[in-house]
Amino acid sequence: MSAPKPETWLKVTERGLYCVPGGFYVDPHRPVERAVVTHGHADHARPGNRAVLATPETLAIMQRRYGDEAGEALEPLAYGETRDIGGVTLSFLPAGHVLGSAQAVLEWKGCRIIVSGDYKRRADPTCAPFEVMPCDVFITEATFGLPVFRHPPDAEEVEKLLTAQQQFPERAVLVGAYSLGKAQRVIALLRKAGYDRPLYIHGALQGLCDLYRDLGVDLGELKPATGASKADLAGQIVLAPPSALNDRWSRRLPDPLTAMASGWMRVRARAKQRGAELPLILSDHADWYELVQTLEDVGAPEVWVTHGNEEALVHYASGKGIRARALALIGRGEEEQEGGAAEEERKEETREAAP
Amino acid sequence: MKAFAELLDRLSYTAGRNAKLTLMADYFRAAPDPDRGYALAALTGRLDFATAKPAMIRGLVEQRVDPVLFGWSYDYVGDMAETVALIWPQRPGANRPPELAEVVERLSTASRSDSPALVEGWLDALDATGRWAFLKLITGGLRVGVSARLAKTALAKLGDVSLEEIEEVWHGVTPPFTEVFAWLEGRAPMPQIDLRRAFRPLMLANPLDEADLEKLDAGHYRAEWKWDGIRVQLAAGGGEARLFSRSGDEITQAFPDLMETARFDAVLDGELLVMRDGEIAPFNDLQQRLNRKRVTAKMLESYPAHLRVYDILFHGDDDLREQAFDDRRVRLEAWHAETGPARIDLSPMLDFARWEDLAALRETARERAIEGLMLKRGDSPYVAGRPKGPWFKWKRDALTLDTVLMYAQRGHGKRSSLYSDYTFGAWRSGEHGEPELVPVGKAYSGFTDEELLRLDKWVRANTTERFGPVRAVKPGLVLEVAFDAVHRSKRHKSGVAMRFPRIHRIRWEKPIEEADRLPTLEKLIEG
Repeated sequence: MSAPKPETWLKVTERGLYCVPGGFYVDPHRPVERAVVTHGHADHARPGNRAVLATPETLAIMQRRYGDEAGEALEPLAYGETRDIGGVTLSFLPAGHVLGSAQAVLEWKGCRIIVSGDYKRRADPTCAPFEVMPCDVFITEATFGLPVFRHPPDAEEVEKLLTAQQQFPERAVLVGAYSLGKAQRVIALLRKAGYDRPLYIHGALQGLCDLYRDLGVDLGELKPATGASKADLAGQIVLAPPSALNDRWSRRLPDPLTAMASGWMRVRARAKQRGAELPLILSDHADWYELVQTLEDVGAPEVWVTHGNEEALVHYASGKGIRARALALIGRGEEEQEGGAAEEERKEETREAAP
Repeated sequence: MKAFAELLDRLSYTAGRNAKLTLMADYFRAAPDPDRGYALAALTGRLDFATAKPAMIRGLVEQRVDPVLFGWSYDYVGDMAETVALIWPQRPGANRPPELAEVVERLSTASRSDSPALVEGWLDALDATGRWAFLKLITGGLRVGVSARLAKTALAKLGDVSLEEIEEVWHGVTPPFTEVFAWLEGRAPMPQIDLRRAFRPLMLANPLDEADLEKLDAGHYRAEWKWDGIRVQLAAGGGEARLFSRSGDEITQAFPDLMETARFDAVLDGELLVMRDGEIAPFNDLQQRLNRKRVTAKMLESYPAHLRVYDILFHGDDDLREQAFDDRRVRLEAWHAETGPARIDLSPMLDFARWEDLAALRETARERAIEGLMLKRGDSPYVAGRPKGPWFKWKRDALTLDTVLMYAQRGHGKRSSLYSDYTFGAWRSGEHGEPELVPVGKAYSGFTDEELLRLDKWVRANTTERFGPVRAVKPGLVLEVAFDAVHRSKRHKSGVAMRFPRIHRIRWEKPIEEADRLPTLEKLIEG
């Protein structure tokens, strides 16, 4: 018996990617009966679903952010465990994106499809590394799907940050970092580089930093930036969500030197638009070369490309003899986009920003 | 090259003057000779090699990269050199990354046919930031927001010397300036240079506080008009002549008409103007001649250059700077009578006995298209910099206009959380006769810190649209702006452009309907 065609049992619908025989959605855009969630960013994990299946870490993140709205029935599934849903075997593989992030592996009648969610390939001290598994269809993001995106080594970017901090002892270095994943990674990278002074954080980062710690990620000493005097903050590194960088909140800091940690900082016009004085090219998404390497590693004969610069990756994959097509998914990729975090994150961030 | 690339990268994102100075001074301290000297030359526009053409670079990259992906990438990035820097396929360990000195020295001797291979090899060896800086360097024009003067100011921080001392030696030394660094680090004396045809830092005037006039004795001061051109220094001798802007940048090339008459041996301080049939043309005409590398015959004919001299620093080998202004004036008049060069005349002295006489003259400045008055003590030696007391500028009163706030933009550095740059408009009749606002200028100064906070709050509360760092606001706030002059401009929608606009008063209570109309502004155009 030949395997069923993949597009007959995994379909793009208005609510998101739908697995027909399993009766569940992966990262649905709107509330559904049963959702499989790859990771906790708000453009993938939305509130209001009835049953939610995700890694224990992702469920903890969703509970922290959404409380009772996280879902009526939360079903944890650790990396490597399997679950049968209507004949479809589901398991999770680490995606290396943020804590708890997973690739959803779907197997049905001898066909294996991997929905990789968001991922990166380089080492990240705050989460498990991406694992390669061969498959028939690989569904990939393409946030940085142009060959101009080559993220430099993390250590170089952290070095830039530490140089600036030493060069301007009278100023505070204010690092804009998304509240889930990026902020904790920047902190962990600073610790890895030997920076052991307290780090000051915006109130909107506190909850997720606490959660990361509870889940075993060491972040060293963190202090609230709110309430600290200008004199206390001179020469210190302060982290805040991007929306607070140029907001009134930042006026409490002594002559802040604004750094922004994002893969978009690779392009000068984007960095300038953001008002970054110190762009830090630190991304939780694969750069072009990681995307291309991943297609080679998983060796899938068919690739579906979701959010980002789909056409460039489709063009590249086609040139390599891979059947590739772009999937139009709604509401994806907002968390790395200009304008800051997705709506839920924005609400969370502005909670403290109000004077 | 790595340290230099990092410096350019940081400078390109840094808006604050002090932060830029720190970045440059730290680099000069840490980088070795001769790299830092070539970096200084690059920042001050003193590197001399044939620049690479963008087409050559594009040709190189197209041999390496899928043209479709390159096209999409260029569309996304928007800048050719940056796209090439980012997309260039890395070959780690292919070559040793070059030092800056190596790049400069080899490019300045390479033939045109050799340079593509050189460039290609270096692109392979550098990282993305290195390639970006390298391409900026070889295609000409760093554009990282650093003037030659600012780079020299950072250099002065290296040793315990003043900017004036740097400028004094500047045109007698050449890249990579090793003797300058040796002097600044106390390892050698100040470089000895041929003072002839070198730039001498200018003596500058302070703005006059009118309240101080009664404390000053009118008998001690001399007065001249303050001409509406640009301040220059002309240094001639030994059959050569150079023209410098007030910051010491050489602008000789742009003014061949003036320079061909400079066949004398003197260093003069004066105002560069455009003069037609004995009449000074508006400042806008002079602007047609500024910042140009090449001048066309038509430009020379339409905008003839003229120098109106008010001081003499050297006559032959005589350094006159220690002498009193009155004595220098005698020498200046004698020199002019004896030399009588074309296109050069003297700024006349104004007769007055009391301050009231001068105040009356000043009232006529605007109708004469003159910026105001200069006051100089008769006994003042020529001192570089801006000493307090000997020289004053007494500008004519500014023009003012009631305008309506239209857009606000976030500032930089300390002001990055504040909407501090304001675009304002005046009323005019729209297509169907309805009143509409048209932008007439932009200002970011003239208000207090408290006013800025209140303006920022007003902008946030009245925003109608956002475009990146800019907000459009609902018309509702009248700003009285002050400006020195207004002239016609094809680049602005309103057809006019203001000189030195600043916020004069914020008219919180004034109804916007009572703001001024565009024709009112047009009537103020001079010339």
